[in-house]
Amino acid sequence: MDFDPVLLARLQFAFTIIFHIIFPSFTIGLSAYLATLGVLWLRSGNDRYQHLMRFWTRIFAVSFAMGVVSGIVLSYQIGTNWSRFSVTAGNVLGPLLGYEVLAAFFLEATFLGVLLFGFNRVPPWLYVMSAAVVATGTAISAFWILSANSWMQTPTGHEMRDGIAYPADWLKIIFNPSFPYRFAHMLNAAYLTTGFVVLAVGARYLVAGRHIEEGRTMLRMAIGLTAVLAPLQLVIGDQHGLNTLEHQPIKVAAMEAHWDGNKPGDFHIFAWPDETAGVNHFELSIPKAASLVLTHRMNGLFPGLNSVPASDRPPVKIVFFAFRIMLAIGFFMIAAALFGAFLWWRGTLFETRWYLRVMAHSWWIGFVGVISGWIVTECGRQPWIVHGILRTADATSPVPGATIAGTLALFVLAYGVVFWFGIYYINRLIAQGPRQVAAETGHFSPSPISAAQDAGREALQR
Amino acid sequence: MEWYLPLIWAAVIGIAVVMYVLLDGFDLGIGILFPFAENESERDQMTRSIAPYWDGNETWLVLGGAGLFVAFPRAYAVIMPAFYIPVIVMLLALVFRGIAFEFRHVSRSKTGWNIAFAAGSTLATFAQGVILGRLIQGIPVKDGAFSGGSFDWATPFALVCGLSLIAGYGLLGATWLVMKTEGPVAEKARAHAKTLLMAVLASMIVVSLWTPLTEPRVAARWFSLPNFYFLWPVPVVTAVVAYLEWRWLEARRDVSPFLATMALFLLGYLGLVISNFPYLVPPSLTVWDTAAVPASQIFMLLGTLLLLPIVIGYIVFIYWLFRGKVREGESYH
Ligand code: HDD
Ligand code: HEM
Ligand code: HEM
Repeated sequence: MDFDPVLLARLQFAFTIIFHIIFPSFTIGLSAYLATLGVLWLRSGNDRYQHLMRFWTRIFAVSFAMGVVSGIVLSYQIGTNWSRFSVTAGNVLGPLLGYEVLAAFFLEATFLGVLLFGFNRVPPWLYVMSAAVVATGTAISAFWILSANSWMQTPTGHEMRDGIAYPADWLKIIFNPSFPYRFAHMLNAAYLTTGFVVLAVGARYLVAGRHIEEGRTMLRMAIGLTAVLAPLQLVIGDQHGLNTLEHQPIKVAAMEAHWDGNKPGDFHIFAWPDETAGVNHFELSIPKAASLVLTHRMNGLFPGLNSVPASDRPPVKIVFFAFRIMLAIGFFMIAAALFGAFLWWRGTLFETRWYLRVMAHSWWIGFVGVISGWIVTECGRQPWIVHGILRTADATSPVPGATIAGTLALFVLAYGVVFWFGIYYINRLIAQGPRQVAAETGHFSPSPISAAQDAGREALQR
Repeated sequence: MEWYLPLIWAAVIGIAVVMYVLLDGFDLGIGILFPFAENESERDQMTRSIAPYWDGNETWLVLGGAGLFVAFPRAYAVIMPAFYIPVIVMLLALVFRGIAFEFRHVSRSKTGWNIAFAAGSTLATFAQGVILGRLIQGIPVKDGAFSGGSFDWATPFALVCGLSLIAGYGLLGATWLVMKTEGPVAEKARAHAKTLLMAVLASMIVVSLWTPLTEPRVAARWFSLPNFYFLWPVPVVTAVVAYLEWRWLEARRDVSPFLATMALFLLGYLGLVISNFPYLVPPSLTVWDTAAVPASQIFMLLGTLLLLPIVIGYIVFIYWLFRGKVREGESYH
């Protein structure tokens, strides 16, 4: 049988990285939430916060473990799957990944130990601080890896000699043009993802009539957060798109399925892009809306897909639909969060059961938003692996297709098992509820906890 | 090109690899010894002795890989495709043993995750040994890229190295348990340590004879004069350390057997470095052939000099925090 090694290497990489990003999207936000709960606990001395913190820590532990092991896979796959890319871009990208390991991974991994196992051994302030350190570590990790990825989208600060990129200006490399937008957008996406999971769990408890106190706390915290961050994501995303238009106009054309650059762009709510004929079928569009968003003028022009040969275009359908899914989720998040805030203001949040029911089933939307966003970004960059420097087809390793296909099958199998068990266990922890989980983890001797309570009381009196 | 930069980097990566082997070695070793535990309480004790550290330990593997990518991208680009299958098998094995820590804790029936933990640890170790062994034998390179086949790694020597490493990590794990646990777990570990020590010595002898016999460049390195005058102490010291370790195990010491095992590993490592320096990809690519440009190496070196001491500082802190023995029935999270 004949396997196309490039296609398989891409499929394998896409599969493993999509699997990986599911967990950072959750752990980046959740670690910050744990730290927040910890600070609230120390300041108020209220045990509800402590229970919530320990409950979410258990869930965090399971997710974090899956994030770590799938991340280790990726750091080696860059070499196994993209060895020629490693040679071409290694001088520039290597140090960025190296800094991620030294500045972030060790920090996360070590303080995770304190967070998971230190409750009985360290004073409460150190316990809470380690949650904050882990949260900081995850954000630093996102900083470096997104800088690396952004450089692949919008490379600057390097010079090319003999087809190899040499670093010229590190600041320009790290703070390349798309990086600030991507960092802000992704970090915000991670906080939103976690926010909606917490919201869903809180709503689930209220609907079931269990753990009412904890459920209400979660609901309030999550709505407070997402009501600010969801609209903010629209603003960041809009700016992000304008920046992409400047540096990767063909990606934007694919996002909008905009073929003819001589006409203003419509915003297609739905369309079926036909990549051979270079037109859309079944269009349902808002006339000139894309031009208005992207150029701020009704009749503004921006490049169309037809302005470059077909071999230089990304796969239009994938990018177009993934973009629409992300937008739909973005607007749903705004609506859900603002409506929740409105109910809260009216004082009927905890009684509006249909709203709680809907939210209880919406825990997954952040993950799908993140994945579709990345598909837009990464597939939209095609046919380049490093925009304008190296084509994906020239980046692969000298490994036969059959080998890649075999290992891809192994990955699908192994990750499938891990994923379903992970979801199952997390769901069971949630079903058990905060009090039971917090109590179960506490075979601890009475002294540290009362010490903790004393500390909390002291803090309260001050 | 500054000739010393690649040497500094070779040293940095060398240190990362040593740290990885010593630290993740003992926690993979716990997995290797897992099938010999009799009940859940023993197994809990074993995992608890490493639970706060395993993630940090594995991060050295990431540092080694990332360091190779940073400092020697061309070696990275040859080694990874050459060991495509063993590397991916190792990674998948690490996936299973890594999540098994958390999953066996939250699942009702632990059997499945016990098996995943033991098998994952053993398989990952075996794959690492195979990669190392095959690397020593040399891999074919043409135009700066790997030019062999997908199954080139499966040589008798590489497989022997795989098995040897299982014995080696097993010994690290057993002496760790002697140090960190008490009761039946520690007793059993002491017995295992003796058997494994013999196995490790046997493997060291086999590997030390096999390589010079089949690789002329290794023979020339060790047995030519004047090298031999400087090198003969390496095997002698190794023998002395092994003898002491045996004595210490007999004398029921807690900490010294673990230290002796680490010393054995360092000596074996030293032997490998002596055999292969300055090749990163024997027998063709040296540290200088594969180095990244000085600008990249310097930029990363600055960060390493600044950050690595901090990293080591808080790693010491966490080992200190969880010092002492794990008792039977102590809680997990
Ligand atoms: C926006 C964030 C983000 C993105 C785009 C990526 N990661 Fe990641 N990664 C994290 C955010 C993160 C994290 C939040 O830091 C993780 C997730 C959960 C965790 O355990 O740490 C992590 C873990 C993690 C680990 C294990 C760290 C450890 O031992 O503690 C490795 C080796 C990688 N990642 C490597 C990668 C590579 C090679 C990527 C891309 C090709 C990548 N990650 C994309
Ligand atoms: C974590 C979120 C990410 C997701 C979900 C993601 C998703 C994807 C997908 C779907 C592909 C396949 C695209 C295609 O072949 O058409 C891909 C390719 C790739 N991505 Fe990403 N990506 C992410 C982040 C990153 C980062 C941070 C880097 C680099 C540091 C990176 C480097 C690559 C490389 C090297 C390829 C292979 C070449 C290619 O097919 O373009 N990705 N990614
Ligand atoms: C509703 C408003 C939103 C807009 C206008 C928007 C816009 C964009 C644009 C233009 C890109 C592609 C940038 C590029 O490739 O250069 C992108 C990527 C992305 N989006 Fe969104 N987005 C929105 C909502 C969301 C939401 C709700 C999430 C997730 C919860 C999300 C997650 C992502 C991610 C993870 C990426 C890939 C990383 C990146 O390039 O930043 N987005 N977004």
